[in-house]
Amino acid sequence: MQESAIGLAFGLILRGDANLLEIMGLSLRVSLSAVCLSLVLGLSAGAALATTEFRGRALATIAVNALMSMPPVVVGLLVYLALSRSGPLGWLGLLYTPTAMIIAQTILITPLIAALSRQVIEDLYIEYKDQFLSLQLSTAQQIKALLWDARYSLLTVALAGLGRSLSEVGAVIIVGGNIEHLTRVMTTAIALETSKGDLGLALALGILLLGLALLVNAILSGLNLTAKRQAYA
Amino acid sequence: MYRNLKVNSAWFALGLLLLSSGLQADKNHLLVQSTTSTANSGLYDYLIPLFEDSNNIKVNVVAVGTGQAIRNARNCDADVLLVHAKLAEEQFVDDGFGLERFNLMYNDFVVVGPKNDPAKISETNTLIDMMKNIVDAKALFASRGDNSGTHKKEIALWKHAQIDVQSNSRQWYRSTGSGMGATINTAIGLGAYTLTDRASWISFKNKQDYIVLYEDDPLLFNQYGVILVNPAKCPSVNAKAGQQFIDWLLSAETQQIIAQFTVNNTQLFYPNAQ
Amino acid sequence: MPEHSQQLTLNDVSFEVGGKPLVHRVNLSLSSNGATAIMGFNGAGKSLLLKLMHGIVQPSAGTVLWGGQTSTAEHKLAQAMVFQKPVLLRRSVKANMDFVLKQRRRPDTTLRQHLLEQVDLLPKLRQPARLLSGGEQQRLALARALACKPAVLFLDEATASLDPASTAIIERIVAKEAQNGTKVIFITHDAAQAARLAQDIVFMDAGKVAEYSNANTFFTQPTSAAAQAYLSGQLYVEHNDVGRSEIKPSDIGQNQITHSAPMDTLGEN
Repeated sequence: MQESAIGLAFGLILRGDANLLEIMGLSLRVSLSAVCLSLVLGLSAGAALATTEFRGRALATIAVNALMSMPPVVVGLLVYLALSRSGPLGWLGLLYTPTAMIIAQTILITPLIAALSRQVIEDLYIEYKDQFLSLQLSTAQQIKALLWDARYSLLTVALAGLGRSLSEVGAVIIVGGNIEHLTRVMTTAIALETSKGDLGLALALGILLLGLALLVNAILSGLNLTAKRQAYA
Repeated sequence: MYRNLKVNSAWFALGLLLLSSGLQADKNHLLVQSTTSTANSGLYDYLIPLFEDSNNIKVNVVAVGTGQAIRNARNCDADVLLVHAKLAEEQFVDDGFGLERFNLMYNDFVVVGPKNDPAKISETNTLIDMMKNIVDAKALFASRGDNSGTHKKEIALWKHAQIDVQSNSRQWYRSTGSGMGATINTAIGLGAYTLTDRASWISFKNKQDYIVLYEDDPLLFNQYGVILVNPAKCPSVNAKAGQQFIDWLLSAETQQIIAQFTVNNTQLFYPNAQ
Repeated sequence: MPEHSQQLTLNDVSFEVGGKPLVHRVNLSLSSNGATAIMGFNGAGKSLLLKLMHGIVQPSAGTVLWGGQTSTAEHKLAQAMVFQKPVLLRRSVKANMDFVLKQRRRPDTTLRQHLLEQVDLLPKLRQPARLLSGGEQQRLALARALACKPAVLFLDEATASLDPASTAIIERIVAKEAQNGTKVIFITHDAAQAARLAQDIVFMDAGKVAEYSNANTFFTQPTSAAAQAYLSGQLYVEHNDVGRSEIKPSDIGQNQITHSAPMDTLGEN
């Protein structure tokens, strides 16, 4: 079966199968959007946790770390309840749209980005703190400098978020509904083919999803970056 | 430094752009909460484009178990409900969530199992004998356990045979709590018998050494119904398009088209809208 | 920056962590120009005292006054510090310089090039700062500190682990800065370096100022037992380590006297 799955995967790609390209495109669109939003929210939270002193900071850090293990299905369920027509945000009409999937994945990934970036930024902040104080940098200047100097580590954090997002099925299948041509992504398609007993096709889609992840990772952390990273990390 | 801020803002703007692309008017969209068998067998791929083309209405199908489909419709997250659990459907209408229930089509359930048939159920002639054979042989039985139409049917059958499966759930009765396909996959992995609708079985692609061992029993009748969600209860319902879709499904012409749908040269659904 | 704001006074400055005094009731008034060296055994509280002076650590009690005033943001902007372990941004040599110049709203290419030339780093302008050698990194840290055009320059054992060449470059620049009117306050374990650069010496022992005197006096006639032991290369075991043991009320008060630089000797070197 494995050989036939690989053959199938290549066949689908070489044929330029329209349905396949559509769900791959949607997978990328949903995941990249969710990661971008999560970076804005998560890096802000991570930087704030790393650089500011406030009451309950340790507790907040533990909470954010714990939220990393939030089950996707629970996130999906919560977003479903919020976006359902009978829910508080039902009037937005967002349930069963890619937007709903982006929202669910953003909620899922933001704690991951926040927790990992907090660690990265805090390590750097400990090193820079006295120098920053000496230079009289404002909080905003400090955070900007930290984010920039930690950029290569933070890229890895972003890729971890993208990985979780691309591979996640529990949340998107609930809030997206796996509707053909609208909210079907790679993972929900894999789940569907598995449930149809078409394990070969499911495996082929899995191989393609892995290939997609590989491609995105390769682009984002290209050779040029890797070389620079050694110099600046 | 400032570039970093700009990059962040650019991402944020991109995110908002993508968000806004999700918002869409749904005048020409129809949301159907459906059982899985009609979707997974390919019926919708065959049928719905015909409706979409002639009516300029986009039909979006969410295929889940009947139980979950009804729950979603109760939350007003559907315009049309297409499932196969008559009692639950009538309850849905009685509770005011649906306008009227129509018979759409039927097929039947079958019991599938490994070819060597350890409980010898293929040799039985009545449903009660068949089920007793499974119990006596302590052969494994995989149940959907997900409140779906098939699960409701299966519970009714055990009840009919006066067999208490709950007390056997640790021994030979295995509740998978998942969809039809996943349950068949599990049954095959366990070497267990399971109940499935015929459409799901015929279109299932990982049968291995599994075959239909018990069928053609009037008790295994499987009726599909279609209901328009009540716009009085759910103001978001696209009642006009929904009614148009239901009328189309029940029309003599479409009923004929349903009868012509085959998988592996086998007819899967028998229209009975009259 | 008016000249008088280079004049540092510490009034009864203490710093405690968890009830343990690491710097204890320090009273000190430094001259407003020239170079002052802070010396003392490891753990005596030298680095902490320097940070308290710079205002990047706040005292638990007492006041730090510059030109008779509590330190303001303006005062701090006119001060710069070079740390024992250079803290460089993960960027190029150029970007490390520009970061400070830009922050001080002084995007001055000429100044940058001039400072880098002084520390002999101009050829490495575009190299990643953290790939420089230890000596080069510290020279860059000094050049970056000077980009702040400081009225007061702090150095915390800036040459502690450097080769003689880098040490010489740094000493030459520090001496020139002091000559040009910058107040230099530096920590060192190198008595010869202190003698070369400093007019006066603050000697710390166990969180207190044991001695503050003119450099010549300090090296020829140290008055405190701790300084005598330090200079003769002996471990001083008699001292009361306030960081680790309790302070007896009788100990407090010994340092109540304000140490003042012997004015008549200033400017001799």
